[in-house]
Amino acid sequence: MSALNSHATGNPADASVAVRDLLIAYGSLVVLDKLSLDIPKGEFLVLLGPSGCGKSTLLNSIAGLLDITDGEIWISGKNVTWEEPKDRGIGMVFQSYALYPRMSVYDNMAFGLKIAGLPKSEIEERVGRAAKMLKLEPLLKRKPSELSGGQRQRVAIGRALVRNVDVFLFDEPLSNLDAQLRSELRVEIKKLHQDIGNTMIYVTHDQIEAMTLADRIAVMKGGIIQQLDDPHTIYNRPKNLFVAGFIGSPAMTFLNGKITALNGAPAVDVGGGVVVPLGRYQFEAGSSAPAAGTDVVLGVRPEHIITGSPADGTEDGRRFWTKGQVKMLEPTGADTILWTEVGGQNLTVRVDSDHEVALYAHFDFAFDLDRASLFDKASGDRL
Amino acid sequence: MSALTAQSSPRGPKPKRLTPARVGLYGFVAMSCLFFLAPLYVMIITSLKPMEEVRLGYIFKWPDSPTIQPWIDAWSSACTGLACEGIHSGFYNSIKITIPSVMVSIFAGALFGYCLSFWKMKGSNFLFGLLLLGAFLPYQLFIYPLVRIYAWAGAYGTMFNIITVHTIFGLPVMTLLFRNYFSSVPIELFKAARVDGAGFWRIFLSVMLPLATPVVIVAVILQVTGIWNDFLFGTVFAGQNNWPMTVLLNNIVNTTQGERHYNIDMAATILTAAVPLTVYFVSGRWFVRGIAAGAVKG
Repeated sequence: MSALNSHATGNPADASVAVRDLLIAYGSLVVLDKLSLDIPKGEFLVLLGPSGCGKSTLLNSIAGLLDITDGEIWISGKNVTWEEPKDRGIGMVFQSYALYPRMSVYDNMAFGLKIAGLPKSEIEERVGRAAKMLKLEPLLKRKPSELSGGQRQRVAIGRALVRNVDVFLFDEPLSNLDAQLRSELRVEIKKLHQDIGNTMIYVTHDQIEAMTLADRIAVMKGGIIQQLDDPHTIYNRPKNLFVAGFIGSPAMTFLNGKITALNGAPAVDVGGGVVVPLGRYQFEAGSSAPAAGTDVVLGVRPEHIITGSPADGTEDGRRFWTKGQVKMLEPTGADTILWTEVGGQNLTVRVDSDHEVALYAHFDFAFDLDRASLFDKASGDRL
Repeated sequence: MSALTAQSSPRGPKPKRLTPARVGLYGFVAMSCLFFLAPLYVMIITSLKPMEEVRLGYIFKWPDSPTIQPWIDAWSSACTGLACEGIHSGFYNSIKITIPSVMVSIFAGALFGYCLSFWKMKGSNFLFGLLLLGAFLPYQLFIYPLVRIYAWAGAYGTMFNIITVHTIFGLPVMTLLFRNYFSSVPIELFKAARVDGAGFWRIFLSVMLPLATPVVIVAVILQVTGIWNDFLFGTVFAGQNNWPMTVLLNNIVNTTQGERHYNIDMAATILTAAVPLTVYFVSGRWFVRGIAAGAVKG
């Protein structure tokens, strides 16, 4: 298990942030299990997972706000495991903004600098620069209670910004905002990262935020990093059933089936006489087609299904055509989700909203075999 | 017109009507006010009567020849035991006791509540439970041991003695008040201050204490009235030179010899009660607001 949770790539002193064998346990309850991780300078890493997966715990231990049971934390080439949060060279932004309610916007941003004993001119210059960057200049004299949610979170970002640190930590910074502000600030954070190029570690349970912001995403569950990859790989080649099901909305369809042989090549029998050939499927390095009779799960994303009619007979090798009946329609505006059944199992298909489909109509559709995923049912791992 | 309104379909604000239930309710409220204000009325007019009128026994009767002499006597010349100097020395003593006791006990309670909310160590909940237990034990239990301890330390019967006793006995409730308030403060605020480099005292003084203004006001009211009205600790621990107003008032009222000056008794009592009454009137609004601020998450 500990080997699974190791994503170290080199010397901890070379990374911007490095975590080595981090163990956090309360009695027998293990929250983070021997986690190792390297984050290169300037990377935007998103920690993504359901609540209770240990993502905030990991962030808080990097910040030094949590006593760790075992392991090391390295920031900017220095072992900071025993350092106070202020000495780690980090700035942090919290979900509840955590602005000092009795201080003005200016004082909120200047608080840490005053404690550090910086000269007044330096403080003014730094706060001024951050305020300009975040468009907070007209608000500097206001109290946090006189600001909107989005403005408050910008002040919180500004407070991290003025510290001139190498590493920014975000703990679900947008979760308290409404949908529109969330997407606005998401863009601002992305732009900020492009402009200043600092290392950023960002905790969220929102997969859209993760996909749009991240250079790399670490999908976590039960204190274990399930997959650490760039967003494209995470989306298209999920490592196991959990990652496949967690990422994507509407979720990936899972079809239970058994491995059989079709014309001498491996295929999946999903029931109801539907046998999907796996001739073009790219198996993971080191694994080959499992023995016939193995229970597997075929994962298909709703947008990787093509509707229409087979152009050249039944199959062009890349696609597998079959038929279904529309059981339910969910128009979302941009596109429409069709619910149908294949082999007695539910399947969702995403089609263009202009695509006219009647309820209970029969229609032809095809799996894109290059983009399907196959998992071992017993272990949940990608095959 | 009203018949017309009643017949038309409901629209706009519902018309307010005086029902018998309302009349009864207001009547009850008015009678309750009279009932509770009557003693105050009797006290005030009695304190304005010369003794000849008091002796007649018409306690509700308006004074024929009002005088403020009883008030002057109560303040400066009524006999409190052997000395006949009124209760003015008690007034100053009470102030000297109340102000430091209130300040020290609130500061200590805020500090303890802050520690118990944000700097939890092993057994801090047990410690808090122990402190709460102290709030429920009767005071009388501690008097004899405390007298012996202070006497042994050579501090018995001094200003230091009475102030520390008030601080100790105020601590459980003050700690409870502040701990409950601070536990409603998001922990992220504390974390943010730590990332900003603030230490134990800086977070307490710059971030948490300014945030706790409503609780501080409640605490001031509770402690000022509690300590000002205290009689037991004052008699036992303050020492004769520092006796607070309540002790002197008792000595005036409970005299067993000579004539009873009811008018002076009444004046002295109102004088003694004036401070907590003023505190309530001035800060009642804040008091309610402070309690609400603790109840609703702020």
